Amino acid sequence: MKHAVTVTVNGATHALEVDVRSTLAEFLREELDLTGTHVGCEHGVCGACTVLLDGAPVRACLLLAVQADGHEVRTIEGVAPSPDELHPLQEAFRAKHGLQCGYCTPGIIMSACAFLEEAPAPSEEAIREMLSGHLCRCTGYHFIVEAIAEAARMLAAREKA
Amino acid sequence: MKPAPFEYVVAQDAADAVASLARFGDEAKVLAGGQSLMPMLALRLARPAALVDINRCRDLEGLHDSNGALTVGALARQRDLAQWAKPRSPLFQAVLASVAHAPIRNRGTAVGNLVHADPASELPALLLCLDGSVTAQGAQGERVVRADQLYLAPLTTSLAPAELATRARFILPPEGAGWGFAEVARRHGDFALVGCIAVLALDGAGSVSHARLGFFGVGATPVRSAEGEAALMGREPTEARRTEAAKAAAAALSPTGDLHASAEYRRKVAAVLAERVLAAALDRCPRPR
Repeated sequence: MKHAVTVTVNGATHALEVDVRSTLAEFLREELDLTGTHVGCEHGVCGACTVLLDGAPVRACLLLAVQADGHEVRTIEGVAPSPDELHPLQEAFRAKHGLQCGYCTPGIIMSACAFLEEAPAPSEEAIREMLSGHLCRCTGYHFIVEAIAEAARMLAAREKA
Repeated sequence: MKPAPFEYVVAQDAADAVASLARFGDEAKVLAGGQSLMPMLALRLARPAALVDINRCRDLEGLHDSNGALTVGALARQRDLAQWAKPRSPLFQAVLASVAHAPIRNRGTAVGNLVHADPASELPALLLCLDGSVTAQGAQGERVVRADQLYLAPLTTSLAPAELATRARFILPPEGAGWGFAEVARRHGDFALVGCIAVLALDGAGSVSHARLGFFGVGATPVRSAEGEAALMGREPTEARRTEAAKAAAAALSPTGDLHASAEYRRKVAAVLAERVLAAALDRCPRPR
């Protein structure tokens, strides 16, 4: 069973027919070739597939692609301001070694984008609470926490300038 | 895994959703936030013939409080409830902060959470403690199901498969009531191994005039403890009486053991948490003059 949808992803509008069984994660990866959205557990636990739906982080594996009809989606591919510039979060993850295998990273960055908008100067505790929705099996989280704190400082410095 | 094939129906409003549900008998499931249903489909624990998506039903949106009651529409997300709670209800705020994680709360609906009836979930126990109810709409019309008549077994409510839960109602605690909330979970945001909620109010003489003590994660359904409440009502809630109430409440529970925690552990933790939340609730009551 196919269903027509119109979805705006990273600013570009796509009108396509999708299988109603397709999740948003599958749609992004298979139909739009946006493979930066990673699929881990496929049942909402690991957080790897987190994207922004109308600005709010959601699990792309727990949303049917048809449900995104008329909505705006932002993925990791739409985070950097330009092809040769990184988003402060991406820069901070690189500078602070906030990743090892990188599988969980896109989901964490999408959550962190929304998190830092709501909490521009977060405590370490708040960062760790936010990260409880994301599984990372490499880093032990320590450098991820540092990267997010660093990104918050970078964003604040930018705001000032 | 990809869900098993299903027919996808977009409901335009509540009446349309109810008509669609009736068309499929007991073979359809309501898709609201999808934060419990979608995992069940992905794991193929559920294989409904049809999904009735209510996300476009404008008449199911919104939440409002008036005359001491909070009414929550079927499409109000857990996040909406948390935002309502921020300046108004520290109790709701504390409970919702323990419900999963931000990306789940952004989609998950409060009413869906209530009627999914996971016995380890926080909101159903809160509904019980706040004398709440769920309104269900079916082909025969609307009916109100009280929280104490809603929960039958794990993931099972007294709502019929073709009924749509359109809203929930919480009676907000009386003026001057104190509250306590605590849970033990493996990680923040996980389902609780054991959780406990208390609401207490005192009369002018310092005796308990209103007592609610609820548990979750300790059996087949959320539980309100008649034993624990009776041990406090009309009495001064001294430390000894609170301990007695917590013990009586825990003794009356019938927790089950699983790989995360034994029944014995759950009962023991229930008594400890009950003592703590009762003490916290009393602390938050204004002292009688």
